[in-house]
Amino acid sequence: MTGKGGTGKTTVAAALALALASGGKRTLLVEVEGRQGIAQLFETEALPYEERKIAVAHNGGEVHALAIDPERALLDYLQMFYKLGSAGRALKKLGAIDFATTIAPGLRDVLLTGKACEAVRRRDKNEQRVYDAVVMDAPPTGRIARFLGVNEEVAGLAKVGPVHNQAQAVMRVLKSPETAVHLVTLLEEMPVQETIDGVAELRAAGLPVGAALVNMVRPQLLDEDLLDVAESDGPGRRGGTAELGGELAHALARAGLPHADRLVAPLLTQAREHAERVGLEREQRAELAELGLPVYELGLLGEGIELAGLYQLAADLRDQLPPPREAA
Amino acid sequence: MTSKTDSARTTGADRSHDGDPNHGSNPLASEVRLHVDPLLDDPATRIIVCCGAGGVGKTTTAAALGVRAAERGRKTVVLTIDPARRLAQSMGLTELDNTPRPVPGIDAKPGGELHAMMLDMKRTFDEIVEAHADPERARAILNNPFYQSLSAGFAGTQEYMAMEKLGQLSSLGVSPGPEGRGEEWDLIIVDTPPSRSALDFLDAPKRLGSFLDGRFIRMLMAPAKASGRAGMKFVNLGMAGLSMFTGVLNKLLGTGLLSDVQTFVAAMDTMFGGFRTRADATYRLLQAPGTAFLVVAAPERDALREAAYFVERLAEDRMPLAGLVLNRVHGSGAAELSTERALAAAENLEEGGIVDREPGKGMKHGAPSPGPGSADVTDRHHDSGRHGDNDSEDDFAEPAEPADPSGLPDSTQRPESAREPARQTEQLAAALLRLHAERMRLLTRERRTRDRFAALHPEVPVAEVGALAGDVHDLAGLRAIGERLSDGPARPGS
Repeated sequence: MTGKGGTGKTTVAAALALALASGGKRTLLVEVEGRQGIAQLFETEALPYEERKIAVAHNGGEVHALAIDPERALLDYLQMFYKLGSAGRALKKLGAIDFATTIAPGLRDVLLTGKACEAVRRRDKNEQRVYDAVVMDAPPTGRIARFLGVNEEVAGLAKVGPVHNQAQAVMRVLKSPETAVHLVTLLEEMPVQETIDGVAELRAAGLPVGAALVNMVRPQLLDEDLLDVAESDGPGRRGGTAELGGELAHALARAGLPHADRLVAPLLTQAREHAERVGLEREQRAELAELGLPVYELGLLGEGIELAGLYQLAADLRDQLPPPREAA
Repeated sequence: MTSKTDSARTTGADRSHDGDPNHGSNPLASEVRLHVDPLLDDPATRIIVCCGAGGVGKTTTAAALGVRAAERGRKTVVLTIDPARRLAQSMGLTELDNTPRPVPGIDAKPGGELHAMMLDMKRTFDEIVEAHADPERARAILNNPFYQSLSAGFAGTQEYMAMEKLGQLSSLGVSPGPEGRGEEWDLIIVDTPPSRSALDFLDAPKRLGSFLDGRFIRMLMAPAKASGRAGMKFVNLGMAGLSMFTGVLNKLLGTGLLSDVQTFVAAMDTMFGGFRTRADATYRLLQAPGTAFLVVAAPERDALREAAYFVERLAEDRMPLAGLVLNRVHGSGAAELSTERALAAAENLEEGGIVDREPGKGMKHGAPSPGPGSADVTDRHHDSGRHGDNDSEDDFAEPAEPADPSGLPDSTQRPESAREPARQTEQLAAALLRLHAERMRLLTRERRTRDRFAALHPEVPVAEVGALAGDVHDLAGLRAIGERLSDGPARPGS
């Protein structure tokens, strides 16, 4: 799940993990940017570097969560490949881990994507997938193609060895039909533009693009006729704002509002602004439609995202999702 | 908190609303106004850093401040990191060439100028290498595969390079890139990178420092001298020795990469020191009185929570905070009409319409008074806490008198043929009222989130910018934002 900053990427990722878990499934929600956004969303304490159940989904599914810490992930790797143990700690003291995770190009992103792919592929003793779906709250749209493509780059840099093999294995998962990169956007110009650019980049990199998720969709409060009225500031057939203004003032006064004549102008201004916004949103919808992706819409939750709102988003999403397939 | 005196000094912030902190019905809302113009005009202000979470209009704010500063007579350069395409075009930035270019269309009469540039990380990095290494070594570095990946934008590089470029642009005395040389700016406005963690760019010098001081770097540099001090330390740490260490790394990374890294580090060694000195100097420059940080946010819960974090983090680093720019604040020209009253009146009109459809039954003068109770029920449903929604409701606190207070002739007296348009007008009026109710809910919500911020950081001056319907992508739009920035609270109806 990617998206421009401020579009609610983390929230939508969490809602998707909840939606996909419903009906007795198990999903893993993965965080890679160290912001503890998932913990905030689910109103729990900061997530440690371990998978733990964080929510119960509709009809008895489970959402687990993992905040990947690149440093710990690297130590895991060293342990996994070399049984380094205390030597790993020594490396840490030396600053090697710091070096590897903050400075060494791509290694950090390799570890993040690698850990997520490991969760995707993990099977229990009955050879069943441990997770029905893994949802990653990934870096923003501007960096997503690079982030997911990093393994290719690293496989090129480290030409042999476990890192090379690992990078290639991750790339195979990411480019397979099991993966879908979803993009969260708002019905605003910049996020939509960024989504379009992001989709182009992902496609160029051979990464599978999923759906466009339009978040925080606001209801249209005026029907088409009234929008026209609002836009023209007065119905054409009667021509002239003054007359309409007078009649509106009457109507408002009859409805029991004092100073009705003073309300007309600001109310009409607000209607015009609303009409303008609806018009802009319509343009953005059209732009998104041109991408040829499935588009899902999620309504604006008035009071910011609380836990109840998150479940509501998950329900909205569940209603719109196609019937379950073998998800990654 | 960065000392209040600091921000008060640089911004000319004062207690607005005639010094009454309990003005109006909203005692917690931004008591200190941020005055942008004095900040822009003050010759002592040399650097303005706009920081904030993604998606709050940081880049637009930086550009709007640039336009305003330039048109108020200052020679200004705006350093943007990743502007939206059309915003970039509006500033005449059609390509990313890492050099400030004059922005056409600026009113130069007051004697100012506006230049703008987009940060090209790779170019900035290349320029440093070229400026600090002899040609042969520079070539070795530039061709190193490790360097090529590093400089093209892996995590952290953007932050280093933003700091580096800022250092170049300011008259720090550090040697600028080939093209930047000789330019003297009155004011540099920086838009910070969309970092994964909010203020990564502040950490850049420190991280670079600890990286360079790290023994690991020494290790990498010294694999050949296994008996060196680094090697001894390694032994002390309980490892079998350096050869094992490099052996492990080689196995892990592949031999090629390690030797690439070693070559790179060796080649960079001499210039890293200088790089670090400059990063430190830039960090100190940011702390100096000539710098003003503006935290940019929108009146939404998450954005303001980030903003509070920024404010705290800047204080921790002793960075001079000038104030908070709150974008996309909604207002209403009819703010005295509350959500409840608007909904009640809308219902009233809609009921009136239904009654009206029965032939012969004219609309009752001053139709059923809206039971305040019923309106409340509707409203509470959507808006549980209505704190702060009470300004000047006195006017409207009581159910309206049945008499038409506007004193206008009653349209119900009209002949039947005129009823149809009248009912349409009523429907329109009802729709307008529902729209207004929605706007008032939004206002209440925004005010509540702002109050929360103000309660945490009452000392932070705030400038509000009214919401625009669309995005800004021309100078006129940036000018309008600049006006709003300096005007303060959202204008009615904006």
